[in-house]
Amino acid sequence: MAVQTPAATRARIARRKRWDVVFAVIGVVCLMIGVLTIAALLADMAVKGAPRLSYEFFTSFPSRHAERAGILSAWVGSALVMVVTAAAAVPVGVAAGVYLEEYAPRNWMTTVIEVNITNLAGVPSIVYGLLALGVFVYQFGLGQSILSAGLTLALLILPVVIVATREAIRAIPAAIREGSYALGATRWQTVRHHVVPYATPGILTGVIIGMARAIGETAPVITIGALTFIAFLPVREEAPLASLLSLEWLMAPFTVMPIQIFNWTSRPEAAFQANAAAAGFVLVLMTLAMNGIALWLRYRMRRAIKW
Amino acid sequence: MTVVTSADNVAMTRVLPAGDRLARRRARLWRERAIEFVLFLAASVSVLTTAAIVFILAKESVVFFRQVPLADFLLDTQWTPLFDDAHFGIVVLLSGTVVSSAVALLVAVPVGTTIAIYLSEFASARVREVAKPVLELLGGIPTIVYGYFALLFVTPLLQKMIPQLPGFNLLAAGIVMGIMIVPYVASISEDAMRAVPMGLREGSYALGATRFETAVKVVAPAATSGIAAAYILGVSRAVGETMILAIAAGMQPNLTWNPLEPAATVTSYIVQVALGDLPHGSVGYQTIFAAGLMLLLLTLSFNVVGHWMRQRFREAY
Repeated sequence: MAVQTPAATRARIARRKRWDVVFAVIGVVCLMIGVLTIAALLADMAVKGAPRLSYEFFTSFPSRHAERAGILSAWVGSALVMVVTAAAAVPVGVAAGVYLEEYAPRNWMTTVIEVNITNLAGVPSIVYGLLALGVFVYQFGLGQSILSAGLTLALLILPVVIVATREAIRAIPAAIREGSYALGATRWQTVRHHVVPYATPGILTGVIIGMARAIGETAPVITIGALTFIAFLPVREEAPLASLLSLEWLMAPFTVMPIQIFNWTSRPEAAFQANAAAAGFVLVLMTLAMNGIALWLRYRMRRAIKW
Repeated sequence: MTVVTSADNVAMTRVLPAGDRLARRRARLWRERAIEFVLFLAASVSVLTTAAIVFILAKESVVFFRQVPLADFLLDTQWTPLFDDAHFGIVVLLSGTVVSSAVALLVAVPVGTTIAIYLSEFASARVREVAKPVLELLGGIPTIVYGYFALLFVTPLLQKMIPQLPGFNLLAAGIVMGIMIVPYVASISEDAMRAVPMGLREGSYALGATRFETAVKVVAPAATSGIAAAYILGVSRAVGETMILAIAAGMQPNLTWNPLEPAATVTSYIVQVALGDLPHGSVGYQTIFAAGLMLLLLTLSFNVVGHWMRQRFREAY
């Protein structure tokens, strides 16, 4: 390299450093693509769906007339399916997480379970739908019911709950356990009274994220054969509480929010697409709120807990 | 147990006869073992799930392949399983999957990598604190809503630029799918780059490199295997994505390599069949399991390679 004047060197350095600024701008622009997508999506659905968002929209059944159609059966179905999903995924997921962190011996069996959970997290959701169609619907004879759908989605979010549980447990310092053991507690007593309570916020974060994912899942629920047009509720309206408690709704046919949106989106009439926008807006707000709560919980946890 | 601190405690701390103490301890031991076994059962649910997935897909596929030779399945160029003149060429569905995933990658790779480099090497802790949750929210939006967005927002927008674009097309679906996997690609790549030891950066700065040169010529190459893993896991996501394609790409089987055309994919075909009511046990019913098996094999191989590469870069330092 030839000897350069100081001015030329400075110009060269300035030129090279210009790339720092250029790249920083590109980076911000790329980040903005994400923000803009969320904004465009919300704005588009809000504008198109706004005329449909009224009290009646939440209290009407779907209908052949777009302007009279509502999401009553869809949101009730979603809520009931979520109850089943939570009831199945939370105990099993937390128990599995506790086992892997606190009990599991270091042997091939544990390795198999761990690798397996990682791989399950990458299985496309529609494959869970096929599993449920073969096992729950036909093998177990549960039919195309709320129970089948709830269990399917529970299997789907199980890896999320397990991983969150394990991470939360891993963050608890060993001294807590040692203190408990030193006082003569058994392993289970230590887990029950110390490990799980301290891990609860972390577990909760994982459960909420999992549920947010489950409530928006469409493909597996379609695959097991959920209906797209349901004009009745799985719970008897004259005695809703007794009907809920009797658990007879578990075997009822149902529809859920994403399927209702799918149905309306697939229709060519603009009026139904407005319904899809309104229902989509409600669904996005729900999942964003759930994810937001989870993120906030995690943020709080990181600040509040200093072991 | 000789020290009794108060009269109330006498009952609790009274010394039991040796036989009773032994019985109590034994009962406690059994209880502990039972609990451990129950927890183990919960952990094995995941293994059972995998086994059940493989079993169901294999069982129905075996019946399917008894009627349709494997060679036809892999080599036929028509997919008309429900017609009288039935053809079962999976290539038709795979072409839709490949084209849409390629479009998604063309979006997700540059955007995701740039975001990862920016967050890992350029952004302040403050920016990172805000940007990462926003990206996570993007990943949490239901795919059905992305499907709506692709069909009724992105497609009309693209039609203004490409007037001959049909209402259903792989391009819009692929672009939205790309945006959907950006957070995923970005977060795995960023993890990989942050795992690069500080010493490498310091060495680069000491030699007079700028921030950009350090990021692109030192950090990114050092994190190659992790970044590659991010791409591979991203592909796996795109291949398994269902609803965006079912809504925005049409569900017509179409052997094409042109993203401007509508086409069915492996996943959207399964949805299409599930929406109609095919009798349990018919060939049409079995095709979705054969398609599902294909899908599982594809995503599983991507995932295994991806995780293996991720593991490898972690061990390197």
